[in-house]
Amino acid sequence: MVSRTTSCYVPWSQERAAAIVDRHRDERGPLMPILHELQDVFGHIDPRAVDLVAEALNLSKADVYGVVTFYKDFRSEPPGRSVIQVCRGEACQSMGAERLARHAREQLSVDFGATTSDGAVTLEQVFCLGNCALSPAVLVDGRLKGRIDEARFDELVADSRARAR
Amino acid sequence: MEPAVVFVPLDAAARSVGADEVANAIAREAATRRREVRVVRNGSRGMFWLEPLVEVSTPEGRVAYGPVGAEIVGELLDAGILDGAPHRLRLGLTGEISHLKRQTRFTFARVGLNDPLSAEDYETTGGLAGLRRALEMTPQEIVTAVTDSGLRGRGGAGFPTGVKWQTVLDTPSELKFIACNADEGDSGTFADRMLMEGDPFLLLEGMAIAGLAVGASEGYIYIRSEYPDAVATMAAAIDIAYLNQWAGSSLLGTERAFDLHLRVGAGSYICGEETAMLESLEGRRGMVRAKPPLPAIAGLFGKPTVVNNVLSLATVPPVIARGSEAFRALGVGRSRGTQVFQLAGNIKHGGIVETGFGVTLGELVEEFGGGTASGRPVRAVQVGGPLGAYLPTSRFDLPMDYEAFAAAGAMVGHGGIVVFDDTVDMSRQARFAMEFCAEESCGKCTPCRVGSVRGVEVIDRIIAGDNRDANLELLEDLCETMVDGSLCAMGGLTPLPVRTALRHFPEDFRHAGAVPL
Repeated sequence: MVSRTTSCYVPWSQERAAAIVDRHRDERGPLMPILHELQDVFGHIDPRAVDLVAEALNLSKADVYGVVTFYKDFRSEPPGRSVIQVCRGEACQSMGAERLARHAREQLSVDFGATTSDGAVTLEQVFCLGNCALSPAVLVDGRLKGRIDEARFDELVADSRARAR
Repeated sequence: MEPAVVFVPLDAAARSVGADEVANAIAREAATRRREVRVVRNGSRGMFWLEPLVEVSTPEGRVAYGPVGAEIVGELLDAGILDGAPHRLRLGLTGEISHLKRQTRFTFARVGLNDPLSAEDYETTGGLAGLRRALEMTPQEIVTAVTDSGLRGRGGAGFPTGVKWQTVLDTPSELKFIACNADEGDSGTFADRMLMEGDPFLLLEGMAIAGLAVGASEGYIYIRSEYPDAVATMAAAIDIAYLNQWAGSSLLGTERAFDLHLRVGAGSYICGEETAMLESLEGRRGMVRAKPPLPAIAGLFGKPTVVNNVLSLATVPPVIARGSEAFRALGVGRSRGTQVFQLAGNIKHGGIVETGFGVTLGELVEEFGGGTASGRPVRAVQVGGPLGAYLPTSRFDLPMDYEAFAAAGAMVGHGGIVVFDDTVDMSRQARFAMEFCAEESCGKCTPCRVGSVRGVEVIDRIIAGDNRDANLELLEDLCETMVDGSLCAMGGLTPLPVRTALRHFPEDFRHAGAVPL
C-alpha cells in the first residue's frame, strides 16, 4: 500500500527484515504479506530481502524474484518522497484523464514509473481507484482525490513538494 | 442543550472531494459559536454529485445539505442548519430525496446510515440477525435458502451462488475456505469499495454464514491495494468482530469457529480473476489456473473453496434474515433480486443505484444519472467494466438482465456503467481495450498475451487507414482466436469492447490520418 513517504523508510537492516519474515512465516501463504511489510518498512524490495525470504521460506530465489517482479506495487528501488498515481481507467478517460496523464508527464518531466530528478515525486499510472463518479481521480501518497483537472494536479504536486521538504 | 448530531461521510470518494475538511470545519465553527456538536463519520449514500453530503439529525428525521465545501460551513451554521434550517444547499429529508427513494436498498440498506465501525449501531439496525438464524439451521438449509433466493455472483459472471456453495458442501474435506474476492479492479465499479467502507461487518457476517453453510472455518479477504481506505476499515472491523465474538473460535458464544484473514493485493488486475487470486493468496505470481478443477473442489491450497465477490457475500445476511422470498420477489426472469448499479464516468448524477433487475439501461443513465456531466449528448456507454460491451443510446431500451444482455451481445457484469459524451473517439476506446489487456495479461496463454499486443498494432493500422479492409478482417480473426483460445475472461472478453465499438460506431474507424497516442 502506498501510504507513506520515504522520510519514514528505514535503511536496510538484516535483523529487521528477518523479524518481519518471522512474524509472518507461520501464516498460510506468507509471501505476499512479507513482501508488503518489507516494502512498507524499507520503501522497496532490496535484493538482499529476496535472498533472505527465499532462504527462510525454503523457496528458490527465482520464485521470490518472480513474485516481486510480477506485481506492479513492489519496487526494486525506493520511490520519490511523494508518490502520485494517475488513474487512466475508462471512467476517468471519459472525463479527460488522457489529457491529465499527458499534462502530468509534461509537468513533472518524467514518464510513468519514474521519479523526478530532484527525488520529490514518483509518477505512476493506475487503472481504477474506485472513484469513478468523481473522475478524473488520482491517489497521492495513499490519499484519494477526485475531480482533478490540470490546475488541481499542479496544486497537489506543489503540496507534495511542500510536505516533503 | 443536547449536542447536535451531524453526519459527514468517511467514504474515500467523499473524502476525495473534501469531506475531512468539512468535518473539521463543522467542529471548529460550532465551537466558536459555543454550540455542541457530535460529528458522526458515516458511509456514503452513494450520490456523489452531492458529496460532501452533510446530514443533520432533527426531530423530523435527517435533513441533508450538499454539496458542502469547508469554506461555507460558517455560513451554513449561521443559517441554522444544525436545526435543519433552510439554505440553498438544503435537500430536504434524506429519505425523501427522489434519487434514493426510487431505489430498493437490499444489500446497501445500512450503508450511509451510521458509523460503519460501531458494533452497537450494527446490531441495533438488524446486523447479526442472519448469522443468528444461520446458527440454528443445518448447512443444507442455509445453502438451500441461498439457492432459493436466486442470488447470482455479483462479481460479473452471474453464476448462481447457491450452486457454488452446494458443490463445496458436497466435497468432503477437513479443511475448506471462504475466499472473498475484493479485488474490484474494473473501471466504473466502486460498490465493493463502498460496502467495505460503509458496512464492513455485513461482509464479515456473510462470510461467517458461508463458513457455516459449507463447513469452512477460515475466511480470506483479498482487497486490492488501490483501496487503502477499504483495507484500513476492514482491518479495524475484523479486530472489532473478534472482540465481540462475531469471528474467532466461538461464533456468538457457540462452539462454531470462523477465523478471518485480510490480504492485500499488489497492483495486478488479473488477480480479480478467481484462480489468479488464489495463486496470489498462496504467495505466487497471479497466473490463471486452468479449470477444471473448479475452486469449489480444489481451490485455495488445494482445498474446497467458496470464492465469492464482496456483494454476493454481503447479500447473504439479509437473504437469511428476511428469507429467500424477500430477495427472489425482486428482479426479472432468471435475474432475481437487486443489483447495485454504478453510474460512472461522464455522468451528471453519478453514484450507486440499487434496484431490482429489469430496470432499463436508459432509465439508469438518463433518469437516475441525469445524462452527462459535460452537458453534451451521451454517445456510448460501457457496461460491465473494461471487458464489457460498448453500447449506443439506441440500445437504452435494454433491461438490466443477464440473459437479455447476453442476447444483445453484451454483459451486465457487475453492473458498472461508464458514460461517454459525443467527444469520445471509439477507435481509441477499442485500442485501449487491447492495450489494457496487453498491460494486465498474466501471460500464461498465448491468445491473450500475444493477441492483445497484435490487437493494438492492427487497430493502429486501421486507424491510420493502412490497408483497412484487410486489417479489419485480421482484427476479426484475432478476436475470434482470443475468444476461443484464452484460458480466462481477460483474453476471452477483451474482444467484446473491441467488436462492439466496431459494430456500433464504425464511422470512428474510418477517419484518415489519426495518429495513435
